[in-house]
Amino acid sequence: MINNTLPSYLTQSEAVKNRFDKLKSREVILEVKDLCKNYKTEKGDVVALKNVNFKTHKREFVCVIGPSGCGKSTLIRILAGLEAHTSGEVLLDGKPVNGPGRDRGMVFQGYTLFPWLTVKKNIMFGLEMNNISANEAGKEADLWLELIGLEKFANAYPHELSGGMKQRVAIARTLVNQPRILLMDEPFGALDAQSRAKMQAHLLEIWRNIDITILFITHDLDEAIFLADRILVLKAHPGEVQELIEVPVPRPRSVAQFNSPEFLATKTRLEELIHPAESETEPEQDKNIKPHMIRFVDVNDNVE
Amino acid sequence: MSISSWFVVRRELSQRKRTILGIGSFLLPLLIWLMVSYIPFVWHPMMQISKPGGVDYFQVGMLVDKEVFAEELENMQSAEQAMPEGKPANPIYLPTPADVAKALYTGFITPPEQKDGQWLHQSLWHSIQIIFWGFLLSSIIGVPLGILCGTYSAISRLNEPFVEFFRYLPAPAFGALAVAILGIYDGPKIAIIVIGTLFQQILIIANTTRKLDYALIEAAMTLGTSRLKLLFRVILPGILPDLYRDQRILLGWAWTYLIIAELIGTTSGITWFITQQARYQHFDRVYAAIIIIGLLGLGGDLILALLGKKLFRWDRPANKE
Repeated sequence: MINNTLPSYLTQSEAVKNRFDKLKSREVILEVKDLCKNYKTEKGDVVALKNVNFKTHKREFVCVIGPSGCGKSTLIRILAGLEAHTSGEVLLDGKPVNGPGRDRGMVFQGYTLFPWLTVKKNIMFGLEMNNISANEAGKEADLWLELIGLEKFANAYPHELSGGMKQRVAIARTLVNQPRILLMDEPFGALDAQSRAKMQAHLLEIWRNIDITILFITHDLDEAIFLADRILVLKAHPGEVQELIEVPVPRPRSVAQFNSPEFLATKTRLEELIHPAESETEPEQDKNIKPHMIRFVDVNDNVE
Repeated sequence: MSISSWFVVRRELSQRKRTILGIGSFLLPLLIWLMVSYIPFVWHPMMQISKPGGVDYFQVGMLVDKEVFAEELENMQSAEQAMPEGKPANPIYLPTPADVAKALYTGFITPPEQKDGQWLHQSLWHSIQIIFWGFLLSSIIGVPLGILCGTYSAISRLNEPFVEFFRYLPAPAFGALAVAILGIYDGPKIAIIVIGTLFQQILIIANTTRKLDYALIEAAMTLGTSRLKLLFRVILPGILPDLYRDQRILLGWAWTYLIIAELIGTTSGITWFITQQARYQHFDRVYAAIIIIGLLGLGGDLILALLGKKLFRWDRPANKE
């Protein structure tokens, strides 16, 4: 019913169109060409990723979305150099990626702050690993503590922080290292709804002010539309690119846009792409479960 | 206070209950010992002679079985001779808590029975030195090797199968060999403690190293950490509190090998003291020495536990303990 009144997700306003034109004229930071990843398991070969192709431009915000098992985590781990790919190419600034490195920062869902280091030392870690003097690293860390608003927690240990605070530190720890691209693997997945919304706004603010390109994995459609310039939609079995959607929602983004026609149109399109796929990809054993509910209460005692 | 509040599955007790039960765990065995020692109808299988009567081999203070005493009592009755008298007593190897408590004190002020013998504190000091050197040597090899095994699969596969085999060999079995190689003094004793501890140490520490969250290592790699720095800046600090806990447990194992180690070659240390006192039937001092070993072990561990809490403030599970 609502769908009939919505514009197409492909329709872009003049301002949005101009933004995308400008964006696409920027230099390419990351280029993925014909990327394939096969796993060998006892049941035979599994194709996790098949012929994935895409480019991200400088200071672009790309979200990757897809049903579970579509290989989005595998993709980001390959980009980070934590896993090897079977064929194809990953180029960062035109050079092939080989193993993990500081040029591709990564923020994980599980926080992964070093529990034995204070917040400040955590932020200094990457700089010290790259032979920057403790003095210099300390100054950089202080600056970042201020940027994320955690100056008061400089000497706290990670276990004393809330989930949102931990993730702020994790982002600062990665960005202080000045990576070319920031890879984020469902970074807000473990947060409650409120801190998640706060962190999304905070991340956009950082992205607006820092020279950084972001590749962000999520399974939350609203999050993807709210954050992204473009959304890379994957499908499962095998993991392939289904569509690369240019989000028509104008920037700067705000929570009020969640009900705007562009937002809803994009969301409808994403649901079309992802939800049928999800029922297809349901594991075999789940399909055979058919609940058979019997009424145990008085027929007249209705709760609905 | 209902009884059910003491038995909630896997829930912490209040501090008060913990203290009560902690003291109780020591009081309970002491209570049993007190009962056996001072309530005449509990056990007491012997009679201590106070008057020999007509029995020619009875002497004042001598301990005889109750059956023998009853038999002699009958014999004297039928022979119409003077009756022996006595009171129920425990065997010589079970002194009363009071005797042992006294021995705990007198043990330190009683000079050795032999003129070349050692005082109790000298024996103890010697034992502590054996433990120290044995555990230190074992750790110098075991800790780095364990960490390397836990970090690199290649080193693990090259070592662990053999270590798994070796750890089943009882350390005392190497006693004769150790004496042949290292002489009869402290060398073979330290060797037995090393053999008893080292192989378990490698496996336990390798396992602890493997339990470090791999995501931390991945995070460090994406921050540009080199392989060598991973070992010293991520793996080592990451496992340190667990490593420390492992070492405490292993130190306990080293203590359990002490007595056997000290019997090898020339008997020495607290073992020498215990065997000497047993030879003179000073069982109260034997118990005193055994209790001292326990107190040293437990006291040492408590100090290490407190130190660990101070050292690893960032480690949440340890601070919850």
